[in-house]
Amino acid sequence: MGAGQGAELVFVQVAKRFGAQSVLSGIDLTVKRGEFIAIIGRSGCGKSTLLRLAAGLEEPTSGIIQLDGEPLQGINTKARVMFQDARLLPWRRVIDNVGLGLKGNWREQAAKALEQVGLAERANEWPSVLSGGQRQRVALARALISQPQVLLLDEPLGALDALTRIDMQRLIERLWQEQHFTALLVTHDVDEAVMLADRVVLIENGTCAFDWPVRLPRPRQRGDAAFADLVEAILRRILGPESERGAIAASSFGEKRRAL
Amino acid sequence: MKSSRWTEWTWGKAVPWVLPVALLVAWQTAVETGWLSSRVLPAPTAVMAAAWHLGSSGELWQHLSISFGRAVAGFAIGGSIGFLLGLVNGVFRPAERLLDTSIQMIRNIPHLAMIPLVILWFGIGEEAKVFLVALGVLFPIYVNTWHGIRNVDAGLLEMGRVYGLGPWALFWRIWLPGALPAILVGVRYALGIMWLTLIVAETIAADRGIGYLAMNAREFMQTDVVVFSILLYALFGKLADSIARFLESRLLRWNVNYQHRP
Ligand SMILES: Nc1ncnc2c1ncn2[C@@H]1O[C@H](COP(=O)(O)OP(=O)(O)O)[C@@H](O)[C@H]1O
Ligand SMILES: [Mg+2]
Repeated sequence: MGAGQGAELVFVQVAKRFGAQSVLSGIDLTVKRGEFIAIIGRSGCGKSTLLRLAAGLEEPTSGIIQLDGEPLQGINTKARVMFQDARLLPWRRVIDNVGLGLKGNWREQAAKALEQVGLAERANEWPSVLSGGQRQRVALARALISQPQVLLLDEPLGALDALTRIDMQRLIERLWQEQHFTALLVTHDVDEAVMLADRVVLIENGTCAFDWPVRLPRPRQRGDAAFADLVEAILRRILGPESERGAIAASSFGEKRRAL
Repeated sequence: MKSSRWTEWTWGKAVPWVLPVALLVAWQTAVETGWLSSRVLPAPTAVMAAAWHLGSSGELWQHLSISFGRAVAGFAIGGSIGFLLGLVNGVFRPAERLLDTSIQMIRNIPHLAMIPLVILWFGIGEEAKVFLVALGVLFPIYVNTWHGIRNVDAGLLEMGRVYGLGPWALFWRIWLPGALPAILVGVRYALGIMWLTLIVAETIAADRGIGYLAMNAREFMQTDVVVFSILLYALFGKLADSIARFLESRLLRWNVNYQHRP
């Protein structure tokens, strides 16, 4: 597929309330063209809300979201979303799911997109027979077939087992490097954030509380000392000073590290 | 080895038919020996003879096509009204608030209780039968369509919007297929009601159709024709059910609950 170009996504003092509950209270965030940003934060802090705002599924209570300098109105047509559940249409075969919403002669393109995610031979099956990881790969093919300028990922790998997750991370990174879209990934897995992102952004109390640039060369190695140091620093910041010792203890146990 | 497997296979196929065949034989013998009066129940052979007679005189096809036409017309009218109401009320909350209570109130009137009124309105003409069938079919289709639409996965609809589907595409790709399993349950149920209504309506007031055939035969003590008419209704009922099953297995192939069904 051709190298499209990512769009620039700017949040200016974006706030979102649901009734009396203030979820986001002043987000300032600039996502550069083709940049890969990971959003982390405690459960319920508003990560999904931020992503839904970027997708145009919610409107900000105040503030504006700019897409390539233009204020976003209605559904963000330059963006595609990957949800935690793949949200494939169970009544359409895999290839028809990939081509959803496309016009003209898209079959060949859809077959190619499936090939990119390694599922070319499953094109004519029903989604119900696929595994969770395969479904997410179909969802990824569906998201990328229209060459979106922005890809919004809301914990897309959260429900997958550890090995499948690593495979998917590699796949997402590869396709991002090939297609140059702007990526906004919400995750609860600090490892995953450091693995994929150019920048890791922490959301806390409704604002972007902290921002870590990740300068490690790609492809990144989990065993790497700099990698582990950054993960630890981020965890320590999220869990707060009083739980510092706990965080360090937890981070030495690979799996517990994800228990945010 | 080979032959034993073959007999096993034929035996397996034959088992369900053992009882009906035995019953038929017993019935035939009971009538022939005079133990069962043919006034009460004519012999199976007599019923077959009546069928042959009606068929060859052409009378049968006339009545059949009349009944069939009433069933189809009533189902089409009641079904489409129920479907549209279910759709509108399922998708648009304000429409539901306006209409649903009224619909539920009318639904609580057994439609067969309307027969005297319907005869007053339409006489015993075609309209009366079609109206009753339509009324009976409307509610199961309405309720199931509404229910199906209401239970369409909101996550899928949201996904559809993000992926650029307009209102029509959302309807054809997501609302309708999502509601289809429930709608087909309604169709199957409505088909049963359709025949039941027709039987009652044609038996009470008609000058043509299968029900008329049976009532007319009763006046002339033609028990064989009466029994044959009953069998015709049973056959039609079975046919309608097979069509519903066929639709389900064709349209819901994607749904694991409907796969590998006989
Ligand atoms: N449509 C909504 N209506 C009311 N409250 C909502 C809605 N969406 C999210 N919220 C609330 O906003 C808060 C943040 O939700 P969310 O963005 O999903 O958090 P996260 O993804 O970080 O776990 C939660 O308290 C949630 O209950
Ligand atoms: Mg969330």
